[in-house]
Amino acid sequence: MNDATVNRLTLFNFWVAFGAFGLACFFGMYQVLERSGLFAFLQSPAVYFASVSTHGVLMAFVLTTFFIMGFGYYTAAQSLRRPLWNPPLAWAGYGVCLFGVALAAVPLLLGKASVLYTFYPPIQANVFFYLGATLLVVGSWFWCVIMLVMFAQWKRDHPGETVPLPMFATAANALLWLWTSAGVALESVFQLLPWALGLTDTIDVGLARTLFAWTLHPIVYFWLIPAYIALYCYVPQAAGGKLFSDLLARAAFVLILVLGLPIGFHHLYMDPEQGAGWKFLHMVGTFAVAIPTLLTAFTVIASLEMAGRRRGGAGLFGWIGALPWKHPMVLAAILSLLMLVLGGFGGIVNASYAMNAMVHNTAWVPGHFHLIFAGTVVTMYLAVAYKLWPELCGRRLYSDDLALVQLWGWFIGMVIMTTPWHILGLLGQPRRISAVQYNSVLTLSWEPYELAMIAGGFILVGSACLFVYLLYKTQTAGGKVDAREDMEDAPPTGRRHG
Amino acid sequence: MSRMEINELERKWLFVSLAMIGMFVGAIVVTAIGKGIHPPSHVETIDSASLHLSQEFAEDKLGVQPEPLADGSLQVRLVAGRYGFYPREIEVPAGRRIVFRMASMDVLHGAHIPMTNMSTMIVPGYVSEVVSVFPKPGEYPMLCNEYCGLGHDHMWSKVTVVAQENWREPATGGKQP
Repeated sequence: MNDATVNRLTLFNFWVAFGAFGLACFFGMYQVLERSGLFAFLQSPAVYFASVSTHGVLMAFVLTTFFIMGFGYYTAAQSLRRPLWNPPLAWAGYGVCLFGVALAAVPLLLGKASVLYTFYPPIQANVFFYLGATLLVVGSWFWCVIMLVMFAQWKRDHPGETVPLPMFATAANALLWLWTSAGVALESVFQLLPWALGLTDTIDVGLARTLFAWTLHPIVYFWLIPAYIALYCYVPQAAGGKLFSDLLARAAFVLILVLGLPIGFHHLYMDPEQGAGWKFLHMVGTFAVAIPTLLTAFTVIASLEMAGRRRGGAGLFGWIGALPWKHPMVLAAILSLLMLVLGGFGGIVNASYAMNAMVHNTAWVPGHFHLIFAGTVVTMYLAVAYKLWPELCGRRLYSDDLALVQLWGWFIGMVIMTTPWHILGLLGQPRRISAVQYNSVLTLSWEPYELAMIAGGFILVGSACLFVYLLYKTQTAGGKVDAREDMEDAPPTGRRHG
Repeated sequence: MSRMEINELERKWLFVSLAMIGMFVGAIVVTAIGKGIHPPSHVETIDSASLHLSQEFAEDKLGVQPEPLADGSLQVRLVAGRYGFYPREIEVPAGRRIVFRMASMDVLHGAHIPMTNMSTMIVPGYVSEVVSVFPKPGEYPMLCNEYCGLGHDHMWSKVTVVAQENWREPATGGKQP
């Protein structure tokens, strides 16, 4: 069991992450309502784009970075069975990140940083936005250093032994993040900040986009690796089985690290500043990085099948019914894998070099990445929270049933919201518009889908509220866990499932 | 099973995955190299601040060009700027290879004609070139699909595709129907 320092550090990071998540869901809800055009009083491009920018920054930068830091501290101390190295440094990193978020929040909420989350030069944001975003990245580097030092210390103390899988993956993620965040850091320090401060007059947009693409797409693997850690290390046990193979799990993490880095140009397929040859190379890399994901899906599903059969499931599909669907971790894994499959097909279309022209910058793209990020990644983050909250607070989960309702709600809402997005994308609707102002017959066919998006949005925001409420109630009103009870082997709530 | 062993099934799946990905990449390689199907990647720079003074994007040179290119394609020159593609309306024949050349006078824009592969980003400082063929006559919107400011929703132009036999070549560049 981890010591109080690690628990506090993890809990503090998690609360920022999930607070940002809850808030961002309301911005998302506003966006589907505004964009439908059904409510005249909501119509405002200025508010819409400020909201999109805030939603994107909160979800993609704040939720992820703080969650990954908190989870990393927990994983390192837990799996290596050693105290955290240099807690003051960890708190300093937390402080720098939090200060950065506060600094960026002011211009974002005032509409002075409506540059979405990919920055968009030469549209200029207030300098405090760039400064805040830079500090968030710099603060996260403190975390990378701590993870890598702890990894090295353990290796030194255990010569010839294999590092536990969760820490292996966490160290891979720290390395990946150090390298991949360098692109956006260079853009920020050498281009955006001098320009926003008035030190330079112009900005090389082609270079800025290239540097940002360096960070995009590997940043997605930075978000995804913690979800994969949960899939590999928590799900098989929670289902009542064990991991299919440890070696291929490690291979998958190494492949993600190596292949995930040099593929950012696939975000620039339609850009004029990159040659076809480079785009072609990045296309090959993009397809190659699908391999670790295919391996992960196979290994996790195979582990679930073994567990299901061990629990008495027979026949070709009988094992699926035999799984403990009422265990939040297992349910989350099943739902998250379903969304990974759906989103993965969309991703293959996006990656397809010239075919990308049909869907580039259409509503298809947010449909795709909401399935992968909000679907696969966030669902596993939620399940990790359900598992860790009782451990971190020493209290039982407030309600098992509500946790299941929340996870189902998140899945159903996400499917209802992303399906119309995919269709709208094929019908050519651009992704970044606040209203349909085109006087063209084509756009009439877009209208019915907006309604489904509103329904999905309502379910999602309800589910997000329920999640934050459950965490809060667990911490303040959950039953105390018996001190003698061994938390490590107990299921998340301390009660046996299914 | 020991920690460091690869299961037989998993090994098979690894080969299936590799074959699957190989097939996708193979299909793209064949169409890219064999049929020359690439994304628009025209690396050509231009000074976006002085487009109006340039030879190519001066006002009287915009729109559908009267002279076809050597290979018979029709050339269309457009300037993208907040909030429109200029000229706002163009008319092109169906079934003919159209080469669009576009440049931005201010910020990032994107041009997309829905349900077709006419799509490109327009980045300040670069000329974007994209080639397409519209098989069916009709009125098509050309939408800006990249966030370019608060008026982004209003940025679109009209492309009219007419049957080959009804199309008359414009006499001068910039002169529109």
